[in-house]
This record gives sequence, structure tokens and C-alpha cells, in this order.
Amino acid sequence: MARHLMSPRRVAVVAVAVLALASCGGGSSTSSDLTGNILIDGSSTVAPLMTLLAEDFQEDNSGVRVTVGTSGTGGGFEKFCAGETDIANASREIKESEIETCKANGIEFLEVIIANDALSVVVNNDNTWAKCLTVDQLKKMWGPDAEGKVSNWNQVDASFPDQSLNLFGAGTDSGTFDYFTKEINGEEGSSRTDYNPSEDDNVTVKGVEGDKGALGYFGFSYLEENITKVKALEVDGGKGCVAPSLENVQNGTYTPLSRPLYAYVSLKGAQREEVKAFFEFVGENLDSLTEEALFIPLNDDQKAIENKNLEAIAGA
Amino acid sequence: MTSLPSLRAEKTPSRSAKDLVFRIFMFAGIGIALGSLATLLANVIIEGAPRLNLDLVTSMPSARPRRAGIQSAIFGSLWVVLTTAAISLPTGIGAAIYLEEFARRDRWYNRLIELNVQNLAAVPSVVFGILGLAFIKRGPLGLGSTVITASLVLSMLVLPTVVIVSREAIRAVPDSFRQGSLALGATKWETVRHQVLPNAFPGILTGTILSVSRALGESAPLLMLGALTFITFNPTGLDSQYTVLPIQIFSYISSAKQEFRPLAAASIVVLLAVLLALNAVAIFLRNKYQKRW
Repeated sequence: MARHLMSPRRVAVVAVAVLALASCGGGSSTSSDLTGNILIDGSSTVAPLMTLLAEDFQEDNSGVRVTVGTSGTGGGFEKFCAGETDIANASREIKESEIETCKANGIEFLEVIIANDALSVVVNNDNTWAKCLTVDQLKKMWGPDAEGKVSNWNQVDASFPDQSLNLFGAGTDSGTFDYFTKEINGEEGSSRTDYNPSEDDNVTVKGVEGDKGALGYFGFSYLEENITKVKALEVDGGKGCVAPSLENVQNGTYTPLSRPLYAYVSLKGAQREEVKAFFEFVGENLDSLTEEALFIPLNDDQKAIENKNLEAIAGA
Repeated sequence: MTSLPSLRAEKTPSRSAKDLVFRIFMFAGIGIALGSLATLLANVIIEGAPRLNLDLVTSMPSARPRRAGIQSAIFGSLWVVLTTAAISLPTGIGAAIYLEEFARRDRWYNRLIELNVQNLAAVPSVVFGILGLAFIKRGPLGLGSTVITASLVLSMLVLPTVVIVSREAIRAVPDSFRQGSLALGATKWETVRHQVLPNAFPGILTGTILSVSRALGESAPLLMLGALTFITFNPTGLDSQYTVLPIQIFSYISSAKQEFRPLAAASIVVLLAVLLALNAVAIFLRNKYQKRW
């Protein structure tokens, strides 16, 4: 009975109608006939921005399939240097050891600077005593020497009250952890281990929100989304107290915790038409999408660098 | 039958009290288990309610919470789990038949196999992920980040359980069936094929479907293998790239944008619904084929 409802002819008509609709609704008018796959993997910090770029790019180029993975900065480079991906997202610069691996596998690459992030140090809203911390004070809390010893705010600064100090931070696999430990403790990966680590920054938000003596750190986007739940501290890197904000990152005063975010593209990948088109798209749409992804857009000096990076890809 | 009142012990007050304490413990146990489950479920359903609609399953993942869905993750999960079933059920049930019906206990290699099957069932799933990364995704097989890689790794993961539950079901078939069949002149294989398997089938099915549906909720080994978090197309074959529901849910939950939270909750409800549907199939098949003797 129901069979004649979907006779072959009807199916064909429906299919044509659907196709027609799809081609009308397929985003902007510049739909290209590029095809191919672009494989992206790496930092979970950079992923929201890359995903936005990938999503909008696919709308204009329905024949190109862009996928984004979040193996972390280190995991992303491992795949990238093994030749498994075209683009590696990174929340820090590529390390010497990773460059060596890439070289050993014959992978040449180009670097593109795409946005800025400000690692934000946050405390509980009821924390009335701390407003600004120096890098030395942060090191006192987070350094490997603090392990098992520093557990009270009054150990960090004599003017702070007798309040237990509970630390929340990034998991050891993340580029965020690498960056924070390098800038604060002076050596990448060196940190006390008796804190609450999490790969999910929302867990850090929850932890700091519910504990008067807590202190944690995470990317700027998590601060922007949780501005009422936690309090951001100013950081003194030697030239006075500076709050994490768009202006302070762009004018370079929020040091040392502001960091540029990168995408690395393999030379072989950059020679493909769809990848070239993707980076052309990045150049045109980066500013608006950076803000939508809750990152801090590049400043003018960085933009000049980015333009050079993009030109190199176009000419690859 | 006549009752034997003289043999029945008297219920003394102290024994009744023990009985009551035991019951209270039992009810408390089940109460805690069901209570926490109900709280979790209610929590997830309430938080996900605004996003529990058809758009959720028809839309592809997106970086924009309002239009994001989980279609490719649903299809990815189904592809991976069904392929896992197709690989692990024949091998697992075959191994169980061999171990129960054909293997001679006095051979050292059979005892070794048995020991290994039992030990493997207790290995943490992430270990299988590392193994799969080294030997299936890369290395000798080099299958890359594809549906088949994920399915092979999850098959290794569920295989020991499939073997163990299938053996239980086969062992539950009364020996008189086998002896009757053999006495009538059937060969060993004919006995297994016509007497043992049909009678063990409902039990095998229930056990194996429950163990395979465990694969649906796994994320640790797939994270090791590098399942993707943003993919806007469904798998089209065993060599397709994929993502699965647990990984998509994690990616939404850990997003900075708080609008993703209801979406993640709604996705959890969908994952539970798919899991329940799989288990319902198991129960339906069991009831349909169950025989009593």
C-alpha cells in the first residue's frame, strides 16, 4: 500500500527538489567547485576558532571537507610531523624536538599566527584580599618547590589572611600548561603536582567558583563567559599590575601571560588548491571570527606578520 | 505433598530481627543505586530539555551553539558499534563454542587461552586504545583514523566479555540434550548446530548485545586513536573518518561557551536513548526465542 507513495518517479522528483533547495541554501553565492579534504588537528584551545573558520569555509566550498580534531598541541604536532594531518593548531610555538621529528619525516611547514589569548589568573568572588599578583608570587604558589609546603594564602604574602589555598589548573597534556609553567616557573612542564588538574576548563571554573581560597588559570574565552562567577586578577610582570583585557593584550602590556596562537600548515598541504583557498578565506574572515570565538584579534604588527605568512602559503 | 511442620524451625525474635536488618540493607542498596541514577537522569533531562528536538539530530556539529547538532556523531556511533558487533559476535561466539564444546581441558594451550580471555576482560579500555594506535592506526596495519580502526579496537575490548557470556549461555544448556543427540548418531557438530546453539541463542544474544552496547559509551580508547571533534559529514564506509557521541558530548561540555551545556545534556539523553534501544532489542529477541525446559 505504502509502496506506491514512493514510486521511483516520486523519489526522483523529491530528490531534484531537495537538490534544488540545497543549492539555493548553500551559503553565499561564491560556491566553488573545489574538492578535497583538509585535515586539522591540535590544540583544543585553538579549536573553537578553527572550527568556526572550517564551518564557514565549507559553506562556501561544499565540495571541501574540513575536519578538526583536538589532540592537544603536542598530540597535534605528533600527527602533523607523521604526515597524518595538513594543519596543526598550536597554543605555543613548535618546539625544537618537534621540528626535528618533522624534518626526519620530510615534512616541511609554514607558520601562521592567527590570534591572541590571555591566560587569566582567577580567584573566588569572595576573595577580597588579592587584586594583583606578581610573577614571583605566582611562582611561589605554582613552582615545584611549593609542593606539599605552600597551602595557605599567608605563605604567599604576609598581608594575605590565614586562608587555605587550593589550586586549579590545566592538565599536563595541554599547551596551556606548557605555556603557564614556562612563563611563571621558568621551565616548561615544571610545576607542583599537588593541584587539581583538568583538561576541561569548565571544571576549573566550577572549582574556583565554589571555594573561597581557590586560585586557577585558563584561557581568556573562559573568563569572558564566566565573568560573573569568578574574579580575574591583575598580573605584575615587572612593569606594574595589568588586567587581562583585549586592549592590554593588543598593546603588549599584559605580560608574560598573553600568548599568540598558531596554525602550522605542511608545505605539501599548502600546495593544494583547497588549502590555499582555505587560508585565503582565513585572511578575509579572521578578524570577525576571532571575536566570535572569544579570542583577541591580532594587533597591527602581528597582522603584518600574518599577511607575510599568508603570502607564503599563496605562493607555495 | 504433605507439609512437615515438625521440621520447620521456629521463628525466634532474634532471627526475625536479622531478617529485617537484612531487608533494610537490601532496600537501602537498591535505593541508593536507583536514587542517584534518577537524580542524574532528571538533571540531564531538565538541562537538555530546551534542545531536545528534531534539530538536534538533523543538524551537523557547529561552533555556533544555536545551530549545532549531533547528526554525524549519531551516524558515527552507529557505524562504529554495528561494525564492532559484526566483527566481535562471530569471533566471540565461535571462540565460546570451541572452548565449551570442543576444547580439551587437559591441553596447556586451551588453559592458556582461557586464562587470557579472563584476564583481558579486566584490562582498562585505554590500554586497548594504545595498542590500536600502535598496531592498527599506525604500524603494521596502518588503517588511519577510520571507522574500521575504531571498530577493531572496540572489538578487542568487548571480545573477552562476549566470549565469557556466550560460554555461560552454552553451559546452561542441559547435558541431556547433547547426550540424547549423540546417542541418536549425530556428530559433534550436528549436536552443537541443532541442539546446543538454538537453546543457547537467547542467552548468547542478550549477553553479547549488552556487552557490545558498552562499546557505544566508550570514549577513552577512541580519544587515543584521535577521533575527531568537528566533522560535518556522516561516514560512508569503513574507511571514512568519524566521530562518536561520547566524544562530541565531551567537546560540547568543555567548550567555553555556556550555551553548549544544554546541547551537551540533550546529546547525553540521545546517547542514553540509543543505548536503551539496543538493550530493548536484546530483551525482545530473548523473549521471542526463549524456551523453557
